[in-house]
Amino acid sequence: MSVLVFAETIKGQFKKAAFEAVSYASKVAEKMGADCIALCLGEVNGAGNLGKYGASRILNVNDGALNHFNSQAYTSVIAQVARDIGAQVIILSHSSNGKSLIGRLAVKMEAGSVSGVNALPDVDGSFKVTKGVFSGKAFATYEINTDVKILSLMGNSFGVEETGSAGNVEQMSAEIPSSRLQVTEVEVSEGTVPLPEAELVVSAGRGMKGPENWGIIEELADILGATTACSRPVADSDWRPHHEHVGQTGIAIRPNLYIAIGISGAIQHLAGVNNSKVIVVINKDPEAPFFKAATYGVVGDLFEVVPRLNEALRKFKAEA
Amino acid sequence: MKFLVCISKTPETTAKIAFTENNTEFDTSGVQFIMNPYDEWYALVRAVELKESLGGEVVAINVGPASNDIIIRKALAIGADRAIRINAEPESALGVAKLIADHAKDEQYDIVFTGKETIDFNGSEVAGMVAEYLDLPFISYASKLEMEGQTATINRDIEGGVEGIKVDTPFVISAAKGLAEQRIPNMRGIMMAKRKPLEVIEPGDIPAPVSVVKYELPEKKEGVKLVDPENMDELVRLLHEESKVI
Ligand SMILES: Cc1cc2nc3c(=O)[nH]c(=O)nc-3n(C[C@H](O)[C@H](O)[C@H](O)COP(=O)(O)OP(=O)(O)OC[C@H]3O[C@@H](n4cnc5c(N)ncnc54)[C@H](O)[C@@H]3O)c2cc1C
Ligand SMILES: Nc1ncnc2c1ncn2[C@@H]1O[C@H](COP(=O)(O)O)[C@@H](O)[C@H]1O
Repeated sequence: MSVLVFAETIKGQFKKAAFEAVSYASKVAEKMGADCIALCLGEVNGAGNLGKYGASRILNVNDGALNHFNSQAYTSVIAQVARDIGAQVIILSHSSNGKSLIGRLAVKMEAGSVSGVNALPDVDGSFKVTKGVFSGKAFATYEINTDVKILSLMGNSFGVEETGSAGNVEQMSAEIPSSRLQVTEVEVSEGTVPLPEAELVVSAGRGMKGPENWGIIEELADILGATTACSRPVADSDWRPHHEHVGQTGIAIRPNLYIAIGISGAIQHLAGVNNSKVIVVINKDPEAPFFKAATYGVVGDLFEVVPRLNEALRKFKAEA
Repeated sequence: MKFLVCISKTPETTAKIAFTENNTEFDTSGVQFIMNPYDEWYALVRAVELKESLGGEVVAINVGPASNDIIIRKALAIGADRAIRINAEPESALGVAKLIADHAKDEQYDIVFTGKETIDFNGSEVAGMVAEYLDLPFISYASKLEMEGQTATINRDIEGGVEGIKVDTPFVISAAKGLAEQRIPNMRGIMMAKRKPLEVIEPGDIPAPVSVVKYELPEKKEGVKLVDPENMDELVRLLHEESKVI
């Protein structure tokens, strides 16, 4: 019996989501009394490190055709490996690539799939697993009734756990179907943690009055090492880039800390952020709906409160 | 060119989420339903724009009961030329995708559009499944799509950036914000929609590999702890000592 986990890379480097997926897969395997086997594709740096997160075998198909993501080619290779090793469960990250793979792989493997799961499955008797639904407003438990099961793991829902040590990497070959699709460029902002992976997020809304005032927000994010986000009207008015937009129609995130500044807390905004572990709301209106969803609230003018918070954090960091 | 746009029905974004039947059914009482925003604002509008500039036909397809006709008419009002409803309850992503693929396989669509996900079950699964059934390239979370002849230039949203893609038709694409600007149907569109064809097809075999056995609402938050706006040292202390997030 085995659990196959696909460990994602970008430009040859593992994403944090990959370590989280392997950590999760090794616990699923433990529950099922199975082996946890990790697979990475294309040219990869430091594949042996997957052993640290619980992979008992690490496989790599290193073919130039896999250096860029291609859902058709990746699906075909993952399916070949899964059949080879007789995988009962296949685990992906619920990332942009994972979302492109899960449906394809489910059809190819004739497997039941649940995307965006947030906890370990219940494997006694039937196979049941939960995920967030209604954009974070509820949870649903799914039962999968096929022999092979496919799950994609929601980012930041399980955590990265180092349990073992680096292992050997076994090279494998696979047949790679040719594809009409060509990746012409991959552009990622360097230095900052992408929103879906960020543990600390500083977000601001229309209360900021205009894009020229974002200096204090960037400063706060900088001190914390946090990623910046914004509400929808802010992205719609081009005050901030659209990839920062969180909420029901933006990105759904679940960081450890979400600081919401000058955001009213409309239900569509909350839908994307209310699974954050701790929420801090800074708003001058004590009636702002966001306070109902907050862990800590500060009622005050953000233009006074945020600089004060920056000062306090700087002091804290200097002492730490 | 011939475009297929997959449209789904979801609860309106402010709908109160509650469950009945011992937490096994979504409580639809008092809930208003809409076309899934990604399908309407981005997928459908981009398909209609491409048809307007390149010529061809936009077909809207939905898997659902007769009560979905109201959102299908809206798709026609926004600019789809005709619509197809496959008369089945959408129980699982695989079931929906199989029915859509069964229809599409002999129709030679150049592009099959979907939304990036539905805002109720947040699956992001149907589009990839349709692509695999049809053995077509699939580009998820597209925020830009330009056509030149049969070749598409696409931007795809990835974590913290974008990926540029070139691909010839036919392919499947799922739409994210940026792909188009929302359109409000005008009076003429609404009048014309009444006369456009809406064909109802009875379903074939429907696979159902997964099912929901239980729903839960998130635990209630304990209630907010207010911190004096003059005392941000206290907030920092709470974040560090009490909740241990910094
Ligand atoms: C179908 C649909 C989907 C949507 N999807 C999303 C989504 O994904 N994400 C999203 O964010 N929104 C979404 N919205 C929009 C949402 O309904 C709200 O309109 C939006 O979130 C409001 O943004 P905001 O809080 O920045 O602005 P506002 O609602 O204008 O709130 C500004 C807040 O700033 C406070 N403020 C002002 N000045 C100060 C100051 N000096 N100091 C402190 N506080 C101050 C005010 O008290 C107010 O609470 C959607 C709407 C619809 C209809
Ligand atoms: N019942 C349905 N009928 C037609 N299209 C659907 C249906 N359900 C989902 N889709 C399409 O598939 C996309 C993704 O849905 P999902 O995979 O369920 O998140 C939606 O945005 C729609 O474009």
